[in-house]
Amino acid sequence: MLNFLSSLPTPVAQGMIWGVMAIGVYVTYKVLDLADLTVDGSFATGGAVLVVLTTSGVNLYLAMVIAFIAGCIAGLVTGILHTKFGIPAILSGILTQLALYSVNLRIMGGKANTAISWRNYDLLVSSRTDVIYETILVCVIFIAVLIGILYWFFGTEIGHAIRSTGCNPAMSRANGINTNTCKVLGLVLSNGIVALSGALLSQFQGFADVNMGRGAIVIGLAAVIIGEVIFGKIFRNFALRLVSVVIGAIIYYIVITIVLKFGLRTDDLKLFSALVVALFLGIPYWKSKIHFTKKEGGNKQNA
Amino acid sequence: MLEIRDVHKTFNAGTINEKKALSGVNLTLNDGDFVTVIGGNGAGKSTLLNMITGVYPVDKGSIILDGNDITKLPEHKRAKLLGRVFQDPMTGTSAGMQIDENLAIAARRGKFRSLLPGVTKKEREEFKTLLKKLDLGLENRLSSKVGLLSGGQRQAVTLLMASMQNPKLLLLDEHTAALDPQTAAKVLALTEEIVSEAKITTLMITHNMKDAIRLGNRLIMMNNGQIIYDISGEEKKNLKVSDLMELFAKASSGEFANDRMLLS
Repeated sequence: MLNFLSSLPTPVAQGMIWGVMAIGVYVTYKVLDLADLTVDGSFATGGAVLVVLTTSGVNLYLAMVIAFIAGCIAGLVTGILHTKFGIPAILSGILTQLALYSVNLRIMGGKANTAISWRNYDLLVSSRTDVIYETILVCVIFIAVLIGILYWFFGTEIGHAIRSTGCNPAMSRANGINTNTCKVLGLVLSNGIVALSGALLSQFQGFADVNMGRGAIVIGLAAVIIGEVIFGKIFRNFALRLVSVVIGAIIYYIVITIVLKFGLRTDDLKLFSALVVALFLGIPYWKSKIHFTKKEGGNKQNA
Repeated sequence: MLEIRDVHKTFNAGTINEKKALSGVNLTLNDGDFVTVIGGNGAGKSTLLNMITGVYPVDKGSIILDGNDITKLPEHKRAKLLGRVFQDPMTGTSAGMQIDENLAIAARRGKFRSLLPGVTKKEREEFKTLLKKLDLGLENRLSSKVGLLSGGQRQAVTLLMASMQNPKLLLLDEHTAALDPQTAAKVLALTEEIVSEAKITTLMITHNMKDAIRLGNRLIMMNNGQIIYDISGEEKKNLKVSDLMELFAKASSGEFANDRMLLS
């Protein structure tokens, strides 16, 4: 037990970094009501850009900003494919994600992974156990600032327009909102955040890998859904909802640590993740079915 | 004010499901007109409204509103000239957003949206006064999600939103059809009040013949994608439901015998 507790800080830190990514997923999946698969690619883009820039002498903070912008561009491409080419959102994301695999390899000079060592660079976060608490503190500050900015942004006129687009496109257009522009803006913002998360993770693990984003969308969704299931009834405020997403990611990584301790092979992790997400996505659906058979003709309120 | 010139629209052209929704509609509205639109299912009433709002492009013809040719303008750009209330009470508002946020979105219709606050304190006070007029107690629930309101309440809020920003034209698409009779009457009374107060030019589709006769200064009847009857002034005031029924029967040669209009 003590052994387990002492190993907790690492999954907590890991969960927080992935929590940043899950906040990005929340923006598209929950606010815009779009499932965006670009994130699997843009996550690795963020990591690749950060490692390559930092190792070539660029200031770490500047590298983070550029990683964010790189993610924004990935989101922009998906947005254009969706709104200007008329390709369904899911397929647009898959196309960008596929293309990003090549782009990410290019960024890393043709190598599948590039290392960045804490010995040579002053990194923001690291998985080393002797600095794990500093890492957690940095993550807390990072997330607090990010949530603060998003809370402000979604309260502005543009933020309202994006939320309304996700909520009711017909009403939005009737009130002069260009829903296509709003979708693109949301995708840009979301993928920028996801790339930031990738940039953090590459520092945390000490390398960027072209495959580091594989299945990222599933982890992001898991965090969003776990957060919603546990805190959905108590956290109504937008900022608190984002906090619950991060907690969802932390819980996810703690659970992963536990099942690995119980002997699950790391090879089977992705299968496990997919099952967990499928289950959590299924629960609300099954609940509504039971509800219907119990209450004859009970109408589903879209609240 | 509004000029619709020879507008044509065919859905699924060239397929087995081809449907001529509008075939050469001409209509001119004068400033301050309150026009009720009646016609059987599939007569083209909703398509006409959707052409004006830009939900679909027209095949042929032109639409001129307040001197501007809006025929090719995208939907969101026309919105600043138009106020809309839909048949489905769920369509006119964003369920996941608060009442004040919905109103604030409507208050910015046609304006540039920036990074300024989405709702200001001053606006919230104004919204309270507006909502008080509805007499539904909503003025104390500004921060409630619209999804928590009933269909009638949502339709009343939509009506408020549609009349904000002094639209050139108010379009009502059977906006009381999905409400219970009592709520429908209330929303209709509110409609009259808003329209007469702000003197907004209005086009209202209805399936209720009595309402169609009682409200407004002009009535048009559509059939098979065309306007077949256009009556106003004294002549309209003297109309009876039975007159309209007769016209209907003539126009559709009995095919509407089991139409739901018979019930009204």
